[in-house]
Amino acid sequence: MAQVTLDNVRKVYPNGFEAVKPASYNIADGEFVVLVGPSGCGKSTMLRMIAGLEDISDGALKIGDRQVNKVDPADRDIAMVFQNYALYPHMTVRKNIGYGLKNRKIDKSTIEAKVQEAATMLNLTEYLDRKPSQLSGGQRQRVAMGRAIVRDPSLFLFDEPLSNLDAKLRNQMRIEIKALQRRLGVTSIYVTHDQIEAMTMADRIIVMNGGIIEQIGTPAEVYHSPASTFVASFMGAPPMNLLEGRVDGGMIRVGDTVVGNTTLAVTGPVTVGIRPEDLEPSVGGQLRIDVSIIEELGAHRLVHGHIAGQALTMQIGKDTAIGDGPIPVAIKNNAVSLFDHQTGNRL
Amino acid sequence: MKRAGFSTRWLPIMLLLPQLLIIVIFFYWPAWHAVRSSFFLQDPFGFGETFVGLKNYASLFKSSAYMRSAWFTLFFVVLVTFFSLAIALLFAVKADKVLRGAKTYRTLLMWVYAVAPPVAGVLGVIMFDQSWGPATEFFALLGYDFRLGVNYYDTAFAMVVVSVWKQLPVNFIFFLSGLQSIPRSVREAALIDNRSASSRFWDITFPLLAPTGFFLLITNITYAMFDTFGVIDVLVRGEPGNNPLTLVYKVYVDGFRGNDLGGSSAQSVVLMVLVLAMTVFQFRMVERRIHYT
Ligand SMILES: Nc1ncnc2c1ncn2[C@@H]1O[C@H](COP(=O)(O)OP(=O)(O)OP(=O)(O)O)[C@@H](O)[C@H]1O
Ligand SMILES: [Mg+2]
Repeated sequence: MAQVTLDNVRKVYPNGFEAVKPASYNIADGEFVVLVGPSGCGKSTMLRMIAGLEDISDGALKIGDRQVNKVDPADRDIAMVFQNYALYPHMTVRKNIGYGLKNRKIDKSTIEAKVQEAATMLNLTEYLDRKPSQLSGGQRQRVAMGRAIVRDPSLFLFDEPLSNLDAKLRNQMRIEIKALQRRLGVTSIYVTHDQIEAMTMADRIIVMNGGIIEQIGTPAEVYHSPASTFVASFMGAPPMNLLEGRVDGGMIRVGDTVVGNTTLAVTGPVTVGIRPEDLEPSVGGQLRIDVSIIEELGAHRLVHGHIAGQALTMQIGKDTAIGDGPIPVAIKNNAVSLFDHQTGNRL
Repeated sequence: MKRAGFSTRWLPIMLLLPQLLIIVIFFYWPAWHAVRSSFFLQDPFGFGETFVGLKNYASLFKSSAYMRSAWFTLFFVVLVTFFSLAIALLFAVKADKVLRGAKTYRTLLMWVYAVAPPVAGVLGVIMFDQSWGPATEFFALLGYDFRLGVNYYDTAFAMVVVSVWKQLPVNFIFFLSGLQSIPRSVREAALIDNRSASSRFWDITFPLLAPTGFFLLITNITYAMFDTFGVIDVLVRGEPGNNPLTLVYKVYVDGFRGNDLGGSSAQSVVLMVLVLAMTVFQFRMVERRIHYT
């Protein structure tokens, strides 16, 4: 087990592109950290630097107490699960799982025992003699997991391990991976662009955008107090409503409507953020929303409408009756976030 | 899928006819002719022929010159195939390291494939030219009198070197593209699993190259046996003398220099059987699938 420390770690590709701007953070022993962000934001680059598959351009990386900038991937005591599984196509499942041990001078009977143990844990025992091409996507995914856990590494790295699976299997594997990690207690870094995976699996989330870390925090912190409009719109489906508004005398207004008040010392234009589920139809509500479309999602409904000419989405329970046209809506307490209207940073 | 069909029965036959004609005229007809004349003794001056049954074959396998040529061919094929595959693989592995991801270089390297083989053949021959070939001069510097076309072993050496030299670019390109088609993540997984580069090569890269390797093995054997005719002809210049000859070149020498059409036909029938056996072997192996999906 180990903690991971990054100190101003930066990546510049040979073509001059800075994929990761200097990043510093600390991952505690046994923690499950999810790196999330849109495509091309540098998540894989970050992970691959930690794995040693990509050189670190600047800064220091520590796994445990050891600086590993120049250490070979095989010597970093890590295991990685790749998006397309990266199984060895010419080896059986048994050999695939055991390959990493075989090269670490472990005797045959110990390897066999460990492979069996991992296979049992992952329900793979009956497939041990098959080649990867004879397995389904979910089974291949399990083999990739097996290859990682069999070595008892001090750090697991996952690069979008579930994105090639269908939705149902993805949900199932998500829970299995999380449970496995809990059981083994191995520090893990998990890359995904799926914010649901991030929210459900993470102890802490690192949100990245354009090579920059936008926010590091627990799922609740990231969700309820997003550090920027980017995080606000990236985390959560449907995303947080971001409205043009202004603050004067402690009153937050969108158009002519007062949506709340603030103790912050700001005046002038701001971006107002409200989560769709923090809005609810209420006879005494202070907002007038002009409803245009209602989406049925089964468990709940999404109501799309306008306020002061700006689009707004509201999430309501499946039993709440609602009609077209202007309706009164209330905002739950402490549900309004304020962002700088130019930089997008949280105020 | 919708099947496209022809409205008349004759159109497809007409379309196939030119190809079929070429095959019949240039392949089946001469092949049949060779099989037939291998059972006859031809008059050297073209006055008729006598049926002799299997006598041509019998004398073939009793002839020490033929057996010598057969042994030489075996050594020649083994050496040429081994070295052209091994050296090409070595180069490809080195190039692959430099080329990962660099597409422009890859396209440039394809040019080697397009340009090199014929040019390389000519160059190789020039290298060993008796009067001013750099290789000959190099050997002279070392105090060795390299005598192409006179010394049996010198000629054999030059034949192997030029044949390997000529085949290298083709093998190189195939190995390189084989290497580049190994998924990056598989190599990276191996990088994490195994610290030793050489054992990674033998455990992961080499087995994944097996389909390419097998294909090249067959084509190289075929090349060494049959397609080296040109190289040998240039080196030996139709003067068999004391020179080593491959079976294919011997067919030509005996038939056209020695005017022994019956014996030469019997030799080519033996070669046909060899090719047939190799083809069957290749199909068997392909069926057993040495490739991974
Ligand atoms: N070898 C390279 N040379 C130059 N630029 C690269 C290289 N590899 C990646 N990049 C660039 O670095 C940026 C980050 O890439 P990275 O693969 O880390 O993104 P990602 O966040 O993992 O995206 P995705 O979700 O699509 O996997 C991208 O803009 C990409 O184009
Ligand atoms: Mg990625």
